[in-house]
Amino acid sequence: MAGKIRVRASLNGDKCEVKALMRHPMETGMRKDAQGNQIPAHFIKEVVAKVGDRVVMQAHWGAAVSQNPFLGFEFTGAKAGDVVVISYVDNKGETDDGSATVK
Amino acid sequence: MTTLHNKRAHLGIAALCAMLLAPITVAQDDDVFAEYRAMMGDENPAIFTIEEGQELWETPMGPKNVSLEQCDLGLGPGVVEGALAQLPRYFEDAKAVQDVEARLLYCMETLQGRDVIELLDKPYSSIGEQGTELEALVAFVADRSMDAVVNLPQGHPAEQAMYKKGEEIFYYRAGPHDFSCATCHSQTDKRIRLQALPNLTTNEGAGFAFTTWPGYRISEGLLRTMGWRMQSCGRQQRLPQFQSGSEAVIALETFMGVNAKGAVMAAPGLKR
Repeated sequence: MAGKIRVRASLNGDKCEVKALMRHPMETGMRKDAQGNQIPAHFIKEVVAKVGDRVVMQAHWGAAVSQNPFLGFEFTGAKAGDVVVISYVDNKGETDDGSATVK
Repeated sequence: MTTLHNKRAHLGIAALCAMLLAPITVAQDDDVFAEYRAMMGDENPAIFTIEEGQELWETPMGPKNVSLEQCDLGLGPGVVEGALAQLPRYFEDAKAVQDVEARLLYCMETLQGRDVIELLDKPYSSIGEQGTELEALVAFVADRSMDAVVNLPQGHPAEQAMYKKGEEIFYYRAGPHDFSCATCHSQTDKRIRLQALPNLTTNEGAGFAFTTWPGYRISEGLLRTMGWRMQSCGRQQRLPQFQSGSEAVIALETFMGVNAKGAVMAAPGLKR
C-alpha cells in the first residue's frame, strides 16, 4: 500500500486497537476565501477498515469532521500478523489508503 | 470511534465547564491537553508536514535546479540534525544573524536562485490551507533537531548585539495598548483565558517556548512556526506586522533562545 494514511494497530487482550491519521482538507463548502468566493466542499464521505476481506469498521463522514482527521477504534477477532487496511472515498471520488500489521 | 473533531467538541464542553467552576487553575487546562496528547499517542498530523518538508528539501528547484541538500544551517553544508537548537546564529556568508526561516530563504535564493520576495509574500498559511513551503521545511528541520540541546552561539559580536536588541524589544512598550512582550511574558504562572503564559525571562519558561515551536496547532489544523508565533504576538500587541526572518523577529528569538540554554528540543509538538 502506497497510501498516505498512517495506521497503527496493536493487540490489547482480545481487542485490536487501531489508530489512523489522514491527510485531508475537509472543506465544509460553507467557507469563503479572502476574495469572498465560496470554497467548494471537499470532505471524506466513507472510511472502511478491512482485515483481508472482512470489513471491521465502516464510517460515514460529513463536513463536520476536522481537517487531517484522526480516527481511533477497536475491534475483536484480530491476531498478530494480520494486516489492517484503511481506505477512504471523498465527495470528489478521490481515495487514499494505508495499512499496518497488527502487533 | 473518536475523531479529532468530536474530541474537540468534548474539549469545548470541558472548557465551558471549567469556566463555570471557578477558580480555574492552569493545571486543569494542561490536563485537558495532556489527555488529548495521550489519545493521539505518537501520532501528530505534523508528520505529513515533515514528510512534505523532506521532499521539498531533496527536490531540485529554482532556476539553478538544485535541491537544498547543500544548505548550511550552521553546522555545515547539508547538516540538518540538531541545527534548530543552535539558531539564530551568525553566518559569515550572509554577514548576518539568521534564524531558520531567514536561513532557508537565503539558501533558496543563493543555492536555487529563486525569487524570495515572492515566497515572503505569504510565508505562513491561512486557516484551511495545507501549509506553505517554508512551514514544511521548518517542520523538517525541527523534526531532525528533536532531542538536541539548545545552545545558541554567542561568540560573535553580531550574535551578542542581537541578544541585546532582542532584550530591548522584549521590554519595549508600544502600540495603542502600550504593550511590551514582557507585559505577558515576564511573570510566572500567568495566563490569558485558559492558556498558560511562559515566563520568557526564566530558563524554564524560555526553554518551554523555544523547544516546542514549530508545533501543530490543533485549533487551526496547521503547523505553525516560531516566526508565525512572533507575528501573532505582535498582532495581539497591535504592533506593525513582524515579517518572517526580519531583524526584530530574529532578535526576539535570540533573546529567548539564549535564555533557553540547556533545554531539549521537542518540536514539532501538538499545540492547542
